[in-house]
Amino acid sequence: MADAHNRQHDYHIIDPSPWPFLASVGAFVMALGGVSYMRYLAGQPFELFGVNLANPWVFFIGLVLVLYTMFAWWADTIKEAHEGHHTRVVSLHLRYGMIMFIASEVMFFVAWFWAFFDASLFPGEAIQAARTTFTGGTWPPKGIEVLDPWHLPLYNTVILLLSGTTVTWAHHALLHGDRKGLINGLTLTVLLGVLFTFVQGYEYAHAPFAFKNSIYGATFFLATGFHGFHVLVGTIFLLVCLFRALKGDFTPKQHFGFEAAAWYWHFVDVVWLFLFFSIYIWGGWGAPIAHG
Amino acid sequence: MASNHDHAHDHAHDHAGGHDSHAAHDHHHTPGFFTRWFFSTNHKDIGTLYLIFAIMAGVVGGALSVVMRMELQEPGIQIFHGLASMVYGFEGDAAIDGGKQMYNVFTTAHALIMIFFMVMPALIGGFANWMIPIMIGAPDMAFPRMNNISFWLIVPAFILLILSMFAQGPAGGYGVGGGWTMYPPLATSGTPGPAVDLAILALHVAGASSILGAINFITTIMNMRAPGMTLHKMPLFAWSVLITAFLLLLSLPVLAGGITMLLTDRNFGTSFFAPENGGDPILFQHLFWFFGHPEVYILILPGFGIISHIISTFSKKPVFGYLGMAYAMVAIGAVGFIVWAHHMYTVGLSLNTQRYFLFATMVIAVPTGVKIFSWIATMWGGSISFRTPMIWAIGFIFLFTVGGVTGVQLANAGLDRAMHDTYYVVAHFHYVLSLGAVFAIFAAWYYWFPKMTGYMYNETLGNLHFFIMFIGVNMVFFPQHFLGLAGMPRRYIDYPDAFAGWNYVSSVGSYISAFGVLVFFVCVIEAFMKKRVAGDNPWGVGADTLEWQLSSPPPTHQWEQLPRIK
Repeated sequence: MADAHNRQHDYHIIDPSPWPFLASVGAFVMALGGVSYMRYLAGQPFELFGVNLANPWVFFIGLVLVLYTMFAWWADTIKEAHEGHHTRVVSLHLRYGMIMFIASEVMFFVAWFWAFFDASLFPGEAIQAARTTFTGGTWPPKGIEVLDPWHLPLYNTVILLLSGTTVTWAHHALLHGDRKGLINGLTLTVLLGVLFTFVQGYEYAHAPFAFKNSIYGATFFLATGFHGFHVLVGTIFLLVCLFRALKGDFTPKQHFGFEAAAWYWHFVDVVWLFLFFSIYIWGGWGAPIAHG
Repeated sequence: MASNHDHAHDHAHDHAGGHDSHAAHDHHHTPGFFTRWFFSTNHKDIGTLYLIFAIMAGVVGGALSVVMRMELQEPGIQIFHGLASMVYGFEGDAAIDGGKQMYNVFTTAHALIMIFFMVMPALIGGFANWMIPIMIGAPDMAFPRMNNISFWLIVPAFILLILSMFAQGPAGGYGVGGGWTMYPPLATSGTPGPAVDLAILALHVAGASSILGAINFITTIMNMRAPGMTLHKMPLFAWSVLITAFLLLLSLPVLAGGITMLLTDRNFGTSFFAPENGGDPILFQHLFWFFGHPEVYILILPGFGIISHIISTFSKKPVFGYLGMAYAMVAIGAVGFIVWAHHMYTVGLSLNTQRYFLFATMVIAVPTGVKIFSWIATMWGGSISFRTPMIWAIGFIFLFTVGGVTGVQLANAGLDRAMHDTYYVVAHFHYVLSLGAVFAIFAAWYYWFPKMTGYMYNETLGNLHFFIMFIGVNMVFFPQHFLGLAGMPRRYIDYPDAFAGWNYVSSVGSYISAFGVLVFFVCVIEAFMKKRVAGDNPWGVGADTLEWQLSSPPPTHQWEQLPRIK
């Protein structure tokens, strides 16, 4: 369609696409299935119009549909890039889009940090009697043993910072047309990302405090958990770039898919630094440390 | 801009056949019905879908409000026990309790539908989608395919919200009755059923739709303005949508975080809002209103932009103080992020916190005043023609000013002790939204209807629609100031007899407004039946933005040669 008769601009006029509609169908199935799944897990019915919808599998049907449309949609985008539709201005659009997506992600984490600081800065306000009874007026709340920040968390900090340098190595290699360096750098970054996730999983499994029924567990696990989810997404993003690099995609001049993955990875990295300093170090200051 | 003008007329001639031929333009093949409307990547088609959706959701949300006014017409419980037994099958006393819950479900659903599924889809998804690319001289949005998922996500979100009305809510009741703010503990332990989960996920999906739309608008406006169109030459509607998009982008994710905490507190045993485990229910209110306050500006800012164009067009004068108008909106948007706790004066904030939020809230009156006075100054000495869009715009200015003035009153933390959660607040926000944002939507509808459809509406019907609505909505909401000052609390199905008089007036106003909506539909149907050709620019020299240089309706892909702005 880009070959319209007298088109004189560099914008990308896109053909009709089935993916947005299908993705929305997937989102609906996933949301309804999500409620069904949660009710199923709680052992509660989920009745709508006399039908009990509590079940564990509808959610996954929606998830598969969403994942499939994501795959197909981005495959189309890559195909269009190869066809030369990503002119300078279109590429600028993609940059703007990615930056703003990351900005919205930053605001999402603001909510979790807000919850953390609400609890950690004000554990003993006089007007919040119930909270003060629970926390004993201190943060971490009385009776909580925290993780040693200078043990696995520091190790994970080093892993993520190192992965930030390896992804930069890959980027520089790409800019110099060194495909072997690109592939090596990306492979290392993905491996470090996976390593981080494993260490985080180990830490969760051995955490000395509970997820449930405590504001400490809630703020800790949800803030670090959503970060962990973003690490997982970033790792997959980098893995896709690795496969594309192995296939021969990306040129020193055009490689926005890679850059977006690198930006995202740096964003994940910075969020971790904030988590490390505020939740692990400052938030555990003076508390008894668990030795497992 | 001369070359572009000729070009636009070429299109106009291509489309002498009228309304139907524009779909096929520039395509190798004509997209079929399904491809065109379900797989669309065209900002005008997607804008049309949004407008149709907003009208349908508006009818549902409006019907809910009329039923509530029927209930409140007289003291005592009139109809909701009957509705509850009809819809949910309650009997006897259970029907009374079920009816009370159902009334609160109606207030909740009315608010959520009007905000997320009527005003936002109409102003941002509908008019902005249609007009922003055209007004800045761009052939489409920056991300045309993503544009379509923004639309298609609000459909499942709406269905989820409607389903929540039929799912188990509190023990022995159905639906979400906690208001659109969904404060815990009513939305957590107070409503254990899955209705709240459905509503939360509806908001998640609608939020994702809006964030993607915001990214699309910001990218489009920043990168796709025609050569020569600097930010300081950009139409004010584009300014308003740019600022709105930033508010959406930065505030919605915080809501997403807050309602995710609600979801995990409800289903996975976290304790964000449970004080007995160290949580804080007020935290939710902070997270909610950090989103919620920018949200009310999201609802009104696009209207500001539209009103500026209409006032200018029908006064045949450029808008007074263009740069002041643009930066007043920037100021409103920026300050809008740091006033959220004025919704929470009564929760036990420290006095210093209340003083700060009082002061910051008052500050917003300054840029808002700049806008009101600049609209008046635009009309001053102008050659005014009172066409339908113009009378809606003048109605907007009057009603929005009333709502703004009561807003200044409510900004006072001391005064708000008495006003909080009374009908005074209900009157205030309906004057700025139901009468402000909605009047802006109708003004925009009549202003751009000829451009979007190619047909002229009937002036008499348009006028009739306006005057019926103007009388109706003022009758609904003006007496609610008195009720609020007398102490009538909001969100109750019943009230003492002392409040009966003004409630009756308010309910009659609601029926008049509903009749006004019928006139609106008659006006639309009449225009499509009579098919009066509107022409490229029905408004004359005052209409100087780019959309009036195109054919009506515009070609499938406009500006294949980009217009040049001097």
